[in-house]
Amino acid sequence: MANKVHVETTLNGEAVEFLCEPRQSLLEVLRDVLGFTGTKEGCLTGDCGACSVILDGRISCSCLVLGVEAQGKNIQTVEGLAQADKLHPLQQKFLEHAALQCGICTPGFLVAAKALLDRNPNPTEHEVRYGLAGNLCRCTGYDKIVRAVLDAAAVMQGR
Amino acid sequence: MEVQEHKFKVIGTRPIRHDGVDKVTGRAKYGADISLPGMLHGRVLRSPHAHARIKSIDTSAALALPGVKAVLTSEDFPKLAAGVVAMGELPMNPRYLSMNLMAQDKVLYDGHAVAAVAATSSHIAEEAVKLIKVEYELLPHVQNVLDAMKDNAPILLPELRTSGTPEKSDKETNIASQLRFARGDLEAGFKAAAVVVEHEFDTAMVHQGYIEPHNAVAQYNTDGQTTIWTSTQGAFTARDQCALALDIPASSIKVVPAEIGGGFGGKIGIYLEPLALLLSKKTGKPVKLIMSRADVLRATGPTSGSHIRVKMGANKAGKITAAQVWMAYEAGAFPGSPVGAGCMTALAPYDLENLQIDGFDVLVNKPKTAAYRAPGSTNAAMGTETVVDELAEKLGIDPLEFRRINGAKEGTAQPAGPKFPRIGFLETVEAIKNSPHYQSPQPKSGKGKLKGRGVASGFWFNAGFQSSATVNINTDGTASVVTGSTDIGGTRASCAMIAAEVLGLKAEEVHPVVADTESIGHTDMTGGSRVTFATGYAVYEAAQDAVNQLKQRAATLWKAKPEEVVYQDGAVSRTTNGNESMTLKELAGKLPRAGGPVAGRASVNPRGVGPAFATHVVDVEVDPETGKVEILRYTATQDVGKAVHPSYVEGQMQGAVAQGVGWALNEEYFYDEKGTLRNAGFLDYRMPTCLDLPMIETILVEVPNPGHPIGVRGVGEVPIIPPPAAIANAIYRAVGVRMTELPMSPPRLCKAIAEKSAKK
Amino acid sequence: MHAITYESPKSLAQALSLLSATGEKGRLLAGGTDLLIQMRAGVRKPEQLIDAKSIPELQVLSFNSQDGLRVGAAVPCCRLIEDPAVRQHYPGLVEAAGLIGSVQIQSRCSLGGNLCNGSPAADTTPALIALGAVCHVASSKGTRTVAVEDFVVSPGRTVLQADELLVEFRIPAPKPHSADCYQRFIPRNEMDIAVVGVGAAVTLNGDTCTAARISLGAVAPTPLFAKEAGASLVGKPLNESTIAAAAALAQQIAVPITDMRGTAEYRKHMVGVLTRRVLTTAAERARAK
Repeated sequence: MANKVHVETTLNGEAVEFLCEPRQSLLEVLRDVLGFTGTKEGCLTGDCGACSVILDGRISCSCLVLGVEAQGKNIQTVEGLAQADKLHPLQQKFLEHAALQCGICTPGFLVAAKALLDRNPNPTEHEVRYGLAGNLCRCTGYDKIVRAVLDAAAVMQGR
Repeated sequence: MEVQEHKFKVIGTRPIRHDGVDKVTGRAKYGADISLPGMLHGRVLRSPHAHARIKSIDTSAALALPGVKAVLTSEDFPKLAAGVVAMGELPMNPRYLSMNLMAQDKVLYDGHAVAAVAATSSHIAEEAVKLIKVEYELLPHVQNVLDAMKDNAPILLPELRTSGTPEKSDKETNIASQLRFARGDLEAGFKAAAVVVEHEFDTAMVHQGYIEPHNAVAQYNTDGQTTIWTSTQGAFTARDQCALALDIPASSIKVVPAEIGGGFGGKIGIYLEPLALLLSKKTGKPVKLIMSRADVLRATGPTSGSHIRVKMGANKAGKITAAQVWMAYEAGAFPGSPVGAGCMTALAPYDLENLQIDGFDVLVNKPKTAAYRAPGSTNAAMGTETVVDELAEKLGIDPLEFRRINGAKEGTAQPAGPKFPRIGFLETVEAIKNSPHYQSPQPKSGKGKLKGRGVASGFWFNAGFQSSATVNINTDGTASVVTGSTDIGGTRASCAMIAAEVLGLKAEEVHPVVADTESIGHTDMTGGSRVTFATGYAVYEAAQDAVNQLKQRAATLWKAKPEEVVYQDGAVSRTTNGNESMTLKELAGKLPRAGGPVAGRASVNPRGVGPAFATHVVDVEVDPETGKVEILRYTATQDVGKAVHPSYVEGQMQGAVAQGVGWALNEEYFYDEKGTLRNAGFLDYRMPTCLDLPMIETILVEVPNPGHPIGVRGVGEVPIIPPPAAIANAIYRAVGVRMTELPMSPPRLCKAIAEKSAKK
Repeated sequence: MHAITYESPKSLAQALSLLSATGEKGRLLAGGTDLLIQMRAGVRKPEQLIDAKSIPELQVLSFNSQDGLRVGAAVPCCRLIEDPAVRQHYPGLVEAAGLIGSVQIQSRCSLGGNLCNGSPAADTTPALIALGAVCHVASSKGTRTVAVEDFVVSPGRTVLQADELLVEFRIPAPKPHSADCYQRFIPRNEMDIAVVGVGAAVTLNGDTCTAARISLGAVAPTPLFAKEAGASLVGKPLNESTIAAAAALAQQIAVPITDMRGTAEYRKHMVGVLTRRVLTTAAERARAK
């Protein structure tokens, strides 16, 4: 255990501390150390976006971040999207629009979409497609995902 | 059997799927999310060579690494005899299954499993794998299907002899089988043609591309029982394959189906499950194996690359007079390409008098191919549907009109012989013809960019197979539906909706459950577009069984005969001997006094499979300087029988179109001269991103399947068939080049455009 | 991944002393978007990672109209892309930074990482070469400067010595009527590695081109500075024929390979296409200024 590093971080608003080896990715720490398995592994090369988390306000692939780099950072995962009993509008719209089939890419898409709307609350279809181009979905053809994000944006803007 | 569409209250609506909340909150448990106390992590050592003899394997250094608990090689597997065991859609050869799980004397492709390790962490397992010393003797390899058919080709399996030949041969070969469908007089047919078009096509090996890598967790118990958690398209199929590969009783294995992150056919076969089982048996601890993305691409799934020759003729009236197709499909390292399905589907949309179709299943030094969405059919349609387009063009006939003239309908004989039942091919042609897309003006080429519109059609049989279902009435008058069908894209919802329809409940009042292999009757895999059809059929029957039991219970309470009781809209009533009625909720509360709980059950193997047809239209824009193609607009129409949950039917169509676009434009296995896969990752295996696609318009044509109580046809597979051909036809309209190679990647299209202008 | 140690120095001095202690066994970690993938694949095997992101000098991002732009080597591309001054004065650099991977990758990746990775296909390197950017390199022994076009020596290798680190880029202030542009060709619309990338920066005096720099990515073992191609434009108007001539010169120095991203023949062809396109766009931008 001597080679493990003590890390203090904030996960979905809660202070969290953990021990990890420097070679462990943030993805591995979230899933295997902290038990937050909502964040998924699809490629480990930053090409599929299934492991997307928001790190200090920036959408990032947690497979390309070391666990030790989380020291003092603020991490948001899919588990932090819903408030107690209420789904986030993106989650609700994904359900209403049938924007998921197998669901493995869904957490990454939701987190990436949240990061997108945080910065650009009123995106065009092209901006949504550009903003989500780092997230691969093989089931839906993206149609319903893009519609769900646009609809969620409208709802969040009170339209 | 009667289809009474007007009565549906739940079927055809769009409720929120039952597993939805779990999947948008990250709570759904996929195979990789399973964690058990004391669990070990495994890694698989894979061959870096396309073809080599294994001279020795030294595992001592790996075993000596602290944290390593066990190493596995083919020595740990039983040696099995060749033979064929039917397993749902897949005929299984136990020997080849075992040889693919772990290489024996030879490795047959880059990525072939050679050894596996279990250790206390995945990092240690990975380090240990690198410490295993394998001595290889390199052998010449062959990866191109035509080269592999040559007499002097390197031989993958010396024991292999071609099956299906007119005369038995004892020659070593890579051709595992050949088949032919023929009827009429081909020569006379071509003589009668006013126009004959002939082309040769090459299509690249492509992967299903599910985002979730293969995974398995196994826990072996000292009583000989093993539990396996895995993301599989078929828990029972996985169990049976494990039993076959390890020569142990199927009943000694329980497979718990985890959520599955996509499969498209690629998660019907097994790769890791028996390895996890053996490692768990060796160590006495639960063992988890997860593939890397590179392993997924190198060692699982792909569907065949192919070489296809198509020759078709038509008379001035636009009637096809003869059609000849020759196709050779890459099987990968072991027999079993979908060339048979390719042969059966290639010309199926058309009513043909004279035809000959030849197919060859050919071994190459690439991964063993697996099913991929309408397996075999997309390759074939790339050939036949572009030739059909050219025939129509040369005759000056609109391509949709050409399909109307030649299209198959009820009673038309399929290429393989059987006549079609009621089908909706011409309805899909009509729907595209009347679509806002096809009715809109042809796209206009702009400055430097050339645009075109193309259409293509496709046919897929769909499957039936075995399914079981239980419908349990809960004490509060709701129901749960238990099936054994992995829910890969919304079938919990469709099964629950079918039960809700029969029981007169709301969709939300029925709770669907996907059970493990000990909790439901045998159910074949989720594949062949069969779940809503066949498992839905079982659910329908089980719900009817529950209704009959409910009538009996009510009759008991009312001291009436069961046949006097009517069940309608979620309530029982009787009109004879008084006018009594009870809602299901009221009745459910009284069941303890009426003869006990109600559990409806059904097991089916339905025959009335409804074939599916699709017709698509696409507008493309080509940059002639770069050869890059943009999809501007896409409309897919399909005979869906009856759409139980239309959103998920649309989703199947849209997803399949996206896969078809990837297949058409950029996806391909790229091997170097050593036979090493050079693009084993999502960076260079280029699946479409959402910036590569427009919205995908869908038109659901509902021609109910008379063979199903709800009218359901399978919907999942057929929509992947038309896209490559439709895009090729659109490219032709844009730049005047007939593409005969997939993918139609920028370098290929650029070259074709340059060659065309050089000819001018 | 093999076992490693991790340090996160808070000053340049601390980083340099760590680096001189570890030598070849240490490696700077910026965004990690290439390095962690390479470590997983066993391509690079550093024993110690020295996190560059907490070193203030490597996070500098400042612009003034005399000295131009300073970009710390570890500044994430997302900051660069969003910076109003960078967007106004160096649109080609913004184009290049905005093409690296996805939004996710751009949150992490940096110009320094992109260059030090030493890939011939790095998107920001041709853009920096076109702009005449200079690298400031430090070690515990002192500092030196290296032109970006001289920085990469072979695929994956750079001029950096084991004890050196890249601190920042200095990019000259844009002259009046000058502009840059970067384009790459990829088969998809996002996520791919450049099949070919071309950067250009031009300065106009009326209709006459007074300076032009052209750079190429993914067509040689290292990113290329197409010096002659740029020089051929000086003193001439930027029109279809001069641009075509420059593009032909650029094609001459391209020595591409055939791989899973494209054939050599196609890459050579694309150097011509993209050089014409970036010069046309850069000229339009310069005229609009």
